[in-house]
Amino acid sequence: MFPQERSKRWALTCPAPRRTGFWVPLRARGRLPTTSSPRRRRGQTRPARPAASEDPGAVPTPVKPSGKAKQQLNVREELEKRQGGKPLLNLVVIGHVDAGKSTLMGHLLYLLGHVNKRTMHKYEQDSKKAGKASFAYAWVLDETGEERERGVTMDVGMTKFDTKTKVITLMDAPGHKDFIPNMITGAAQADVAVLVVDASRGEFEAGFESGGQTREHGLLVRSLGVTQLAVAVNKMDQVNWQQERFQEILTKLGHFLKQAGFKDSDVSYIPTSGLSGENLTTRSAVPSLTSWYQGPCLLEQIDAFKPPRRSVDKPFRLCVADVFKDQGSGFCVTGKIEAGYIQTGDRVLAMPPNESCTVKGITLHDEPIEWAAAGDHVSLTVTGMDIIKMNVGCVFCDMKEPIRACTRFRARVLLFNIEVPVTQGFPVLLHYQTVSEPATIRKLVSILHKSSGEVLKKKPKCLSKGQNAVVEIQTQRPVALELYKDFKELGRFMLRYVGSTIAAGVVTEIRE
Amino acid sequence: MKLLHKDIEKDYAGQVTLMPEEAEDMWHTYNLLQVGDSLRASTIRKVQTESSTGSVGSSRVRTTLTVSVEAIDFDSQACQLRVKGTNIEENQYVKMGAYHTIELELNRKFTLAKKIWDSVVLDRIEQACDPAQKADVAAVVMQEGLANVVLVTPAMTLLRAKVEVTIPRKRRGSCTQHDKALERFYEAVMQAILRHINFDVVKCILVASPGFVKDQFISYLFREAVRQDSKVLLENRPKFMLVHSSSGHKYSLKEILSDPAVTSRLSDTKAAGEVKALEDFYKMLQHEPDRAFYGLAHVEKANEAMAVDVLLISDELFRHQEVATRSRYVRLVDSVRDNGGTVRIFSSLHVSGEQLNQLSGLAAILRFPIPDLSEPEEDSSSDEE
Repeated sequence: MFPQERSKRWALTCPAPRRTGFWVPLRARGRLPTTSSPRRRRGQTRPARPAASEDPGAVPTPVKPSGKAKQQLNVREELEKRQGGKPLLNLVVIGHVDAGKSTLMGHLLYLLGHVNKRTMHKYEQDSKKAGKASFAYAWVLDETGEERERGVTMDVGMTKFDTKTKVITLMDAPGHKDFIPNMITGAAQADVAVLVVDASRGEFEAGFESGGQTREHGLLVRSLGVTQLAVAVNKMDQVNWQQERFQEILTKLGHFLKQAGFKDSDVSYIPTSGLSGENLTTRSAVPSLTSWYQGPCLLEQIDAFKPPRRSVDKPFRLCVADVFKDQGSGFCVTGKIEAGYIQTGDRVLAMPPNESCTVKGITLHDEPIEWAAAGDHVSLTVTGMDIIKMNVGCVFCDMKEPIRACTRFRARVLLFNIEVPVTQGFPVLLHYQTVSEPATIRKLVSILHKSSGEVLKKKPKCLSKGQNAVVEIQTQRPVALELYKDFKELGRFMLRYVGSTIAAGVVTEIRE
Repeated sequence: MKLLHKDIEKDYAGQVTLMPEEAEDMWHTYNLLQVGDSLRASTIRKVQTESSTGSVGSSRVRTTLTVSVEAIDFDSQACQLRVKGTNIEENQYVKMGAYHTIELELNRKFTLAKKIWDSVVLDRIEQACDPAQKADVAAVVMQEGLANVVLVTPAMTLLRAKVEVTIPRKRRGSCTQHDKALERFYEAVMQAILRHINFDVVKCILVASPGFVKDQFISYLFREAVRQDSKVLLENRPKFMLVHSSSGHKYSLKEILSDPAVTSRLSDTKAAGEVKALEDFYKMLQHEPDRAFYGLAHVEKANEAMAVDVLLISDELFRHQEVATRSRYVRLVDSVRDNGGTVRIFSSLHVSGEQLNQLSGLAAILRFPIPDLSEPEEDSSSDEE
């Protein structure tokens, strides 16, 4: 059973003599009680993990640092070698409903040759028949009958494409207000975002004013940790590629995005047209545009995004975004690896059900691979666990350093523009990674100063818009959480109430 | 509920005979009962008999017992009320002081005697016996993969069924799993509706969801109804009503009940009224925080200043078993009324009541602002800035 598997695995990522040297005698000594071996191992490996960065004094033997370093190098090196040296980037497309997100991306995919001519022709014919000729490109990403029929994206559409220097995992988020929970699950897995706005008169304003999603989406992605943003000013052909209109939108949006916390240098604006395909993959030749715009096209801009630093060295974490049955044994889960790496044959722990299972196979972009690391959007085939116990929102983690599951935690929150004040006992919907769980605000602990973070008032009566506060949140069922200080990617969450986002927060303390 | 007999003395001691007629009356009774009251009702007792030869036989007999209440247990799912206590009236089967648990039954009268009948319990009886306050509404709150089938009566919100199905996401090139799972989900919800909703009683069925789930579900429901030739569904088609909600979780019921289209159709049920009142409180808290208070200490202070205009109070507070604490709440209610304020007693089984419970169970909208009451509550350390 697993000795062979193990040794095979170690050979790949951990060629370190230390580990093998440590394991062989252990096994040779015969059947140690199973409980003792992980403890021993942990005792040995724990100090070794952070050893490289902070505390070399804790390492007892001189062999270790080299072993550790070698192992680390390996994953990083392999990661660089993979995909022909192209780093992976997770991109989410956001924006108000009907801004043309799906069409823009559908057209981009078509131009890149990811959709063959025949299929595209079929979509064109069918959409014409349905009386929605302009939706043909959106159909590339909107695949369910319901979505096509209504012409609205409902769930995140996922696909991949290549740019010159990167492999992009594309997530096409729905723009409709009711599907923001879906959009959040998509955005939670993204590194960078493309914000699509409608340039035509009245439409941009409708999306940007209080009822529109442009603002909410912008705030959401920023709170979920996205720092780089490309704004595609779409449907520019409808306003004849006017520079004034482009500038007007740029000023309005720029002001808001700055407020939301995006750095000016990390935001770029590109005039596009999703329907005619102008300025998507190649720089436009339309004279009315080129007369004033010489910047990059959308694809170039996406290519220019800087890939974020991945936490490959941290213990393995994967948030389950989807569970489904596939052919063969076991079932499949998909999600983005937030930290660490995984290999086929690894045993992992699923929290909150607190069940362990074995990873039988890993696929990335529909291709089977042997291992995957932080940042990859993978699908795992797992066995040894009942599919009923798996829910969307579970976290797969390292057996030795599991994530904690809790129902009560403290958090620092920033309240958005809310209509009703938040009191204790306020019912909210907690969106954390891919989970959405009903919760209540148990206690208002204190109000903090916005920038300095010092306590302004303890036990406030209520919280109103724009305030920064510490609150205690109670969920109905346990959720697996990490502290923000330990895992930046996993410590963030959003609170929603009656269809609008009321706060963003970071986990500061897990209570129970 | 039917009031059969009422005999209350000048000093507010006395007894009342009531006949529960429907499940909801059990909830009312639960709120009437307190430890120390005596309850007389027909019940079944297992009696052991010893014959002259010494063999022991047991038989179940129906008898009427009077117990001094020691513990009260309400099962909100089955709407059953069990009252445990010691016997205070000996009869041929049961000795004095013997323990017995009475399970109250529908359509069997019981007599409740209290040392003090305060205004809150008397109101409760009145309310329970008011036949006009009957409007049963069923609601199906759903989102993709999650549905709650609930029954909303004037005093209770009962979760009848919760359907949860994991629905695989759409993936490139394959939507079949997604569509199949959706179908399975709708089927499960349909079964839950058929099983748990009594179409003879329910006046209206609200189907609420974000997005298009509700439309999809309704079209599935009636397509299936036609296919299976289900008379119940087809006959009751006009009772179905589609409403928007932001999620499929139970607390979204609040949004549904405050939807103007629903309130007009329900002609002001208690649940909708409560939602409205709580909303008013939050609005006040937003615009004039000095006119919205919560927590016992604060509300009492406001009441001393005769400032309370509307008092929102959860009925859970009146179930407090300590007499002193309870009478403190009763005094508060009485004095607010005396000062011309309105008192709204929330049912803790409704979603709005659940929220009020979390908010200390007590909130008040004031007539005029009282600034600077924001000192901490008595139990908190006072480290204000």
